[in-house]
Amino acid sequence: MSNHQSTKKTVEEMLAQAKQELQTGVGRKVKHESAAKQVTGEAVYIDDRLEFPNQLHAYARMSDRAHARITRIDLSPCYEIPGVAIAISAEDVPGQLDIGCVLPGDPLLADGKAEYVGQPVIAVGADSLETARKAAMAAIIEYEELEPVLSVEDALEKESYVSDPHTHQRGDSKAALAKAPHRIQGAVHIGGQEHFYLETQISSVIPTEDGGMLVYTSSQNPTEVQKLVAEVLGISFNKVVVDMRRMGGGFGGKESQAAGPACIAAVIARLTGRPTKMRLPRMEDMMITGKRHPFFNQYDVGYNDQGILQGVEMKLAGNCGYSPDLSNSIIDRAMFHADNGYYLGDATITGYRCKTNIASNTAYRGFGGPQGLIMPEIIMDDIARRIGVDPLEIRKRNLYGDEGRDHTHYYQKVEDNILPELIADLEQNCEYQKRRKEIAEYNRHSPILKKGLALTPVKFGISFTATFLNQAGALIHVYTDGSIHLNHGGTEMGQGLNTKVAQIVAEEFQVDIDRIQITATNTDKVPNTSPTAASSGADLNGKAAQNAAITIRQRLVEFAARHFDVTEEDVVFQNNHVIIRDQIMPFEELIQLAYFHQISLSSTGFYRTPKIYYDRDKARGRPFYYYAYGAACSEVVVDTLTGEYKILRADILHDVGASLNPAIDIGQVEGAFVQGAGWLTSEELVWNDQGRLMTAGPASYKIPAVADMPIDFRVRLVENRRNKEDTVFHSKAVGEPPFMLGISVFCAIKDAVASVANYRVSPQIDAPATPERVLWAVESLKQAVAQDQPAPAAATV
Amino acid sequence: MIKFLLNQELREEHTLDPNMTVLNYLREHVRKTGTKEGCASGDCGACTVVLAELDGDQLRYKSINSCLTFVSALDGKQLITVEDLKDKDKLHPSQQAMVDCHGSQCGFCTPGIVMSLFALGKNNAEPDKEEVLEALAGNLCRCTGYRPIVDAANAMYDDAGADQFQRNEQATVQRLKALQRTDTPSLALDKRHCHNPKTTAELAELFLQYPEARLLAGGTDLALEVTQFHRELPAMIYVGDIAELKQVEVFDDRIELGAAASLSQCYDALTADYPDFGALLHRFASLQVRNQGTLGGNIGNASPIGDSPPALIALKAQVVLRKGDQRRTMPLEDFFVDYKVTQLQPSEFIEKVIVPRAGAVDRFRAYKISKRLDDDISAVLAALSITVDDGVVTDACIAFGGMAAIPKRARHCEQTLLGSHWNQATIAKAMAALEQDFAPISDFRASKDYRMLTARNMLQRYFVESQVIEVETRVTAYV
Repeated sequence: MSNHQSTKKTVEEMLAQAKQELQTGVGRKVKHESAAKQVTGEAVYIDDRLEFPNQLHAYARMSDRAHARITRIDLSPCYEIPGVAIAISAEDVPGQLDIGCVLPGDPLLADGKAEYVGQPVIAVGADSLETARKAAMAAIIEYEELEPVLSVEDALEKESYVSDPHTHQRGDSKAALAKAPHRIQGAVHIGGQEHFYLETQISSVIPTEDGGMLVYTSSQNPTEVQKLVAEVLGISFNKVVVDMRRMGGGFGGKESQAAGPACIAAVIARLTGRPTKMRLPRMEDMMITGKRHPFFNQYDVGYNDQGILQGVEMKLAGNCGYSPDLSNSIIDRAMFHADNGYYLGDATITGYRCKTNIASNTAYRGFGGPQGLIMPEIIMDDIARRIGVDPLEIRKRNLYGDEGRDHTHYYQKVEDNILPELIADLEQNCEYQKRRKEIAEYNRHSPILKKGLALTPVKFGISFTATFLNQAGALIHVYTDGSIHLNHGGTEMGQGLNTKVAQIVAEEFQVDIDRIQITATNTDKVPNTSPTAASSGADLNGKAAQNAAITIRQRLVEFAARHFDVTEEDVVFQNNHVIIRDQIMPFEELIQLAYFHQISLSSTGFYRTPKIYYDRDKARGRPFYYYAYGAACSEVVVDTLTGEYKILRADILHDVGASLNPAIDIGQVEGAFVQGAGWLTSEELVWNDQGRLMTAGPASYKIPAVADMPIDFRVRLVENRRNKEDTVFHSKAVGEPPFMLGISVFCAIKDAVASVANYRVSPQIDAPATPERVLWAVESLKQAVAQDQPAPAAATV
Repeated sequence: MIKFLLNQELREEHTLDPNMTVLNYLREHVRKTGTKEGCASGDCGACTVVLAELDGDQLRYKSINSCLTFVSALDGKQLITVEDLKDKDKLHPSQQAMVDCHGSQCGFCTPGIVMSLFALGKNNAEPDKEEVLEALAGNLCRCTGYRPIVDAANAMYDDAGADQFQRNEQATVQRLKALQRTDTPSLALDKRHCHNPKTTAELAELFLQYPEARLLAGGTDLALEVTQFHRELPAMIYVGDIAELKQVEVFDDRIELGAAASLSQCYDALTADYPDFGALLHRFASLQVRNQGTLGGNIGNASPIGDSPPALIALKAQVVLRKGDQRRTMPLEDFFVDYKVTQLQPSEFIEKVIVPRAGAVDRFRAYKISKRLDDDISAVLAALSITVDDGVVTDACIAFGGMAAIPKRARHCEQTLLGSHWNQATIAKAMAALEQDFAPISDFRASKDYRMLTARNMLQRYFVESQVIEVETRVTAYV
């Protein structure tokens, strides 16, 4: 019955092994499950899959108008190109045309009206991508121009919204502002951000019998792709199977917007009966899909002589683009994070969801949170310059505290606030005060280069704010050789989710991770899943997989207790073995025994997050299960002749609770920091006055390259601080929170610029702080100095 | 027909489309899908592969962007891709180090990064930090923040054993030698053709025969016409196999750079005399592009934002143009006529660039201004060479890129300086004079005001750097 007879270990050997700790369980630096395949090119992404001989390639012709009525579409010229199978427009979609993920507004192909430059208007299926493109460009499309809305300010003025404004209010901010000894008012533009996942959007669709579809997609949300493919074809969900092994990066960009290519490919596949692949070339990807929302934020704050906030009013206006997509929740999250880690006092935060004629902006790591969270950091700097105190001191004075200072503007109590001690640790560890003095000295003597330093915290709420999404499922089979098949509803986009979930299962069964086969996320294994988003992947799916593993393990324990006539407490799983009172056997031996005794070795698992509730109408509740914290201290050097800069050093201390995998968590923290710094520095999206994105490729849109990482980069995880909530092994989510540590770079650049006016003027710099914007700030401070006093205090050339 | 080694497999290709990139050849033609397409424009490095070329009895390895390389360039070379590095079941040290250092997350950039690391390992036994960063500057990673990748670049040297490429080197050399030909390889499909001449004379003759042909050197710009603008290139002449056109020679009074010499090749020769030219080349695109791209190409495409023309103009470089047997030499500044228009006549090509040697004092400075420090296109490029004798300016040659439709000298600015005392007041006047020289435009890289202000500020920087007192003036000095 067993293949393992010949290599059977002695009892002593087994006991010796069982005494040692499992090396690949929770808390270990296990390597990414795909690493060895990724470095050899063996890891299969969708475009690498073997193609069917009759497969079609789809290309969508994009609107070249920001806002126009479509007066004529003639597809007949497409068919003159050899190799073309089909050309379609909106009227050819057999089922529902709209693929809006929450609210309608996203026609699969433009429906009589083009609403942004880049919107897919028609699509062609042909024997190669180049042929499809050529044919699509041959179609005749005529427009009648309409007036576009191209800026947030314009949208605010016209009250052009994708949904109604919404307000969080606690206390009487108007009265508090009126009473406050000091006031600052200001406005700032916060730029958007292109995801720039290295693998562009792609889906490959194969018709199946019964009119169904098998869909391979690079999506964070397989269930939604399943639903939308079914809807555009007019078939029931159970006819569509979505398979998702790995993405070449997601970052939120494949949460809702992976569905478009999948649905276009599905429609073509349905109409032709041929497998169809749709891969967006980079430029098309950047033109068609939405990005992080640009924001225009206005603030009015009151503070006392110590720089402590008394009252705050903010208007956060997100540029949603032409349709709702996920914008309602995104702007909500910006509002939820308008406090960062600070007690605002009486506060009114209003979020506007502006409709403009650009691509529909969408989820991106932080989901609006960063665009809100940066506001108090800008405000802290402004206050610090006004009263002439180090910005770090102002930050510390404003942190959430004891009773009376422990409620957010949406009435959630801030529990287990570790920021004060976390900041103190980092401040000391990175020698903030010493370096502050050294930098001041350097700046006094350096006429051209100026250094800046900033330490900024992050407090980020964990949970989907749409409460029902906080659920997950998993499926585990144990086979009779002791190998384990693991499946869950989360998706792997590089973040190491599959590795972490496998570690959790390994830990529960006390077996090495190489016994566990990680499998593609698949809607016919785990149904009705939530997107892998909101940093929730490991929290939710880890718990669901743990639940499935515990179910099977408990069956095994009950069986063994019965079979060997011992108590359940006598059955202990330990490092690939099972100890049953005074016996020991390899894990697989118990599995075989259980099988022969007709014990089920397969189980689903399920999890839903406890404790959370939120009443959006009242804007009150506990939308977040817990908060994740972190802080970063960045030092930069700025060239005051060009505005160019470099990050000299970054020290990070980040809270992941009890880490499931410190190597993966540090990878998330470092990657998020650099991505966050990119958002606020070199990554500038530029549209022309016709609404066309001018930075639609990596030649013009500059994400951080290797030399942009901090020259001296020191990252630590907070140790010995388990999550107080009952999360999976008391870990904390890590995907998004460290993204906002990049704000320290933005503030450090402003600090360097502030030195030009001897730290008495707060530079006003819109994000991203491109070299050009930095140089204009330098110039403006030089002028302020010149007007203020004839002999400038700061050394200038 | 072209012949090359795909790792160790001999490939003879008779009917490939000369417009096919190496990336598409790999992914679609031979279905080796380890090499990824991230952008198809040479900006992300996901498609990086390595070419091994004969260098006497040795092999020279270089990383290139396969998305910018047409298949014609493979003739007589060995093409190595990420699938080839594993030695039976053992990962290559560059791969193992990436695994051990947690250098891959989503893994899509990883094959390209591994190939850049592989090339680094082949070319540099002990790279310093700057060299590691240089090797990776053309590989974008969106997940890791790069730290573990840089760690991997260092860790891969811990495995000191010879890899299979080193063990097979002599055999590979012999196989490549057997592939070298005396005839002119060519590729043709439908009405498209590409010829690979081996001598300049042959090139001159072919270009007379096909005046409509596009000259293909590194292809780092030309290939974009196919991959980004979807134009067909019916006729090409590939100049990358012409040894004499790739020569770099240093004489007592001048440096002669063959038009097809790669930017990487030019780097050493120019850096020795003009350290700032070296610093500039370091920020010029990426290593992959510098390995492919040529000085002749950078001049010939006549972009107003090409990095080398302003620098060469400030050095009073000359270009030698050739058509058939006829040669003519002219100052580089006269070569540029208008936006993308040059002095080149039909069938005429750039043969070489002649750069005067530096005198006892290196007065040359080049300043690049861009949104991102590495691998970005300049908003403004300033190149200055100013001679001061006894406190008075006796010579000034100042050229800018990004300020006009062509790379252009700042004549008014130079006039202001000439004969003036070398002091802050003179510099202020020279800065103001730039207004008469240039009327820059605004685009997504920079506004016209920013271009003008930074152009002026570069005179200030030059002045400060010319002072005796040491002052830090460049953020790029921090590595």
